[in-house]
Amino acid sequence: MKETSRSETERVAGNGLLHRRMFLTGSAAAIGAGTIVDQAGAAPLAVEPWMRIPGAPFNAYGQPSKYEEKVARTWASAPGTGGTGSARTPHHLLNGMITPSGLHFERSHSGVPDIDPDKHRLLIHGLVKRPLVFTLDDLGRYPMQSRIAFVECAGNSGALFAKQPANANVQAIHGLLSCSEWTGIKLSVLLEEAGIDPAAKWVLAEGADAAGMSRSFPIEKALDDAMVCLYQNGERVRPSNGYPLRLLLPGFEGNMNVKWLRRIKLTAGPTMTKDETSKYTILLPSGKALQFVFPLEGKSIITHPSPGLTVRGPGFYEISGLAWSGYGKIAKVEVSADGGKSWGLAALQEPVLSKAVTRFRMAWQWDGGPAVLQSRATDETGYVQPSRAQLVALRGDRGNYHNNMIQSWAVAASGEVKNVYA
Amino acid sequence: MSMRKVFVAAVPAVLIALTAPVPAQQSPNLGKPISQEDLASWDISIGPDGAGLPPGSGTVQQGEAVFAAKCQACHGEKGAGQPNDRLVGGQGSLPGDKPAIKTVGSYWPYATTLFDYIRRAMPLNESKSLTNDEVYAVVAYLLNLNGIIPVSETMNAESLPKVMMPNREGFVTFTRGK
Ligand code: HEC
Repeated sequence: MKETSRSETERVAGNGLLHRRMFLTGSAAAIGAGTIVDQAGAAPLAVEPWMRIPGAPFNAYGQPSKYEEKVARTWASAPGTGGTGSARTPHHLLNGMITPSGLHFERSHSGVPDIDPDKHRLLIHGLVKRPLVFTLDDLGRYPMQSRIAFVECAGNSGALFAKQPANANVQAIHGLLSCSEWTGIKLSVLLEEAGIDPAAKWVLAEGADAAGMSRSFPIEKALDDAMVCLYQNGERVRPSNGYPLRLLLPGFEGNMNVKWLRRIKLTAGPTMTKDETSKYTILLPSGKALQFVFPLEGKSIITHPSPGLTVRGPGFYEISGLAWSGYGKIAKVEVSADGGKSWGLAALQEPVLSKAVTRFRMAWQWDGGPAVLQSRATDETGYVQPSRAQLVALRGDRGNYHNNMIQSWAVAASGEVKNVYA
Repeated sequence: MSMRKVFVAAVPAVLIALTAPVPAQQSPNLGKPISQEDLASWDISIGPDGAGLPPGSGTVQQGEAVFAAKCQACHGEKGAGQPNDRLVGGQGSLPGDKPAIKTVGSYWPYATTLFDYIRRAMPLNESKSLTNDEVYAVVAYLLNLNGIIPVSETMNAESLPKVMMPNREGFVTFTRGK
């Protein structure tokens, strides 16, 4: 027993990072072994009112506890508009891999349309044998499939390009990422029914919102894993996420997962819409811009601890966060508590799925001194998440989009956590 | 042992059901065919070669009036920006490490995108309300403000795709690892 206990608390990297075995064996006793500190005893237990009188009656649609009101999205809109902008997921207040639907991030270009599902139509046309129109009743009768997939805005984490580190938390910097279970129909099934003309090489997808948000993508993606989704986390897709129909292009930048999907047009080439030219292109120092940067790269962020979650005195903490890649599964996540000088392997919470977020966990014995926490993801293709210096050397700091650099959180002796560049 | 057999047999069936493309004849086939004429009101995207551009035309002068009435409140006088996006200027600001000024004039590779986007999305609070002539006109005005076409030029389905935007060659298709 003693043998095991000692190895359970084995330090694997500087500044108190412990072996992930602690999580893999799930042995809580082991944590205590080396780390029990003098603590005052607990107060006598009270029998509270809710233990004595009946609770609230049933209600039609459950809501979070009133004590959790601060678990909410934050948003910013373009001047003079209500719904042209984005709302962010509070990752520092969540755990697990699924984002609750009501907290899924939102990027909308002209508000959330109030779509009558009976009047909604999906049109498939262009380079097809016969153009087709589907009602939602029609679509509801097709064979469905479900998959868990992240959606990340290409502009997520763009704040880390700023020359000086912003005084901002994980929600403000990385909140344009969420992960849901999506259920719907393979797009390829509908395209086959319309009859794909061999000249069709690209697909235009368009929303029924007032902005008519539209993007092009290569037909290979349509025939691979693209889905038209009716359900998110078991219920109909939420209005802010595309009710009643949303395109899912797993791993591709959020903007391409067109919400309120009304039209699919097969074309010979890209349509060159505003959101694939003016926006969502990466301007390099040379003055040229990268276009059609579709999958999001391997990336990870530490959500706990992070700014706003003050570390309360030396002792044991779980460092945890999210890792994902638009190119497949996460292979490993390393964590550093000394600003990248030494790294330890984090435990990956099952399930580890392709193009979904993976929760990672690392045991940390904080000694109360300053620390800089970082995480570094490697995906199954061998891609390693770059440092800030590496990404800026590659693309400069004016790219806006696809920022997947390593995030550094400094923990001060006071326990306060801050965004820093390290 | 029999348990194991059942399991082995069941797994491939499930996998096939979930991953194999359903042949069209076995597909539910619940979509209704629609004629080109009946779908035309939704077919609003314009290709970079001008495919989809409707009949109609507009001049720079006409566009100035459309802009003043329907765009200026949000995009500023002569498209200078404020409160919303700046639509003019910025040529030469793309290389280097100073903040780039990305506008229709400095950054957009295709003039057709301007027609496509304005017709579908602008003015923000009344999208899809401009006539095709008004869209051609305001596009002509913005191109002229950016010094891309002369004040005498008219925009229509023939002339618009021929406009050479200053940043046409400014984009490189991304390849992973490069
Ligand atoms: C009520 C305010 C408002 C009015 C009126 C308006 N716009 Fe806009 N415009 C916006 C906003 C906001 C955006 C950014 C939309 C987004 O982020 O998706 C925008 C974006 C644009 C863009 C894209 C800019 C870029 O570089 O990506 C163009 C072009 C444009 N508007 C042209 C027009 C024209 C032409 C009119 C008049 C017919 C017009 N707008 C009227 C608010 C307005």
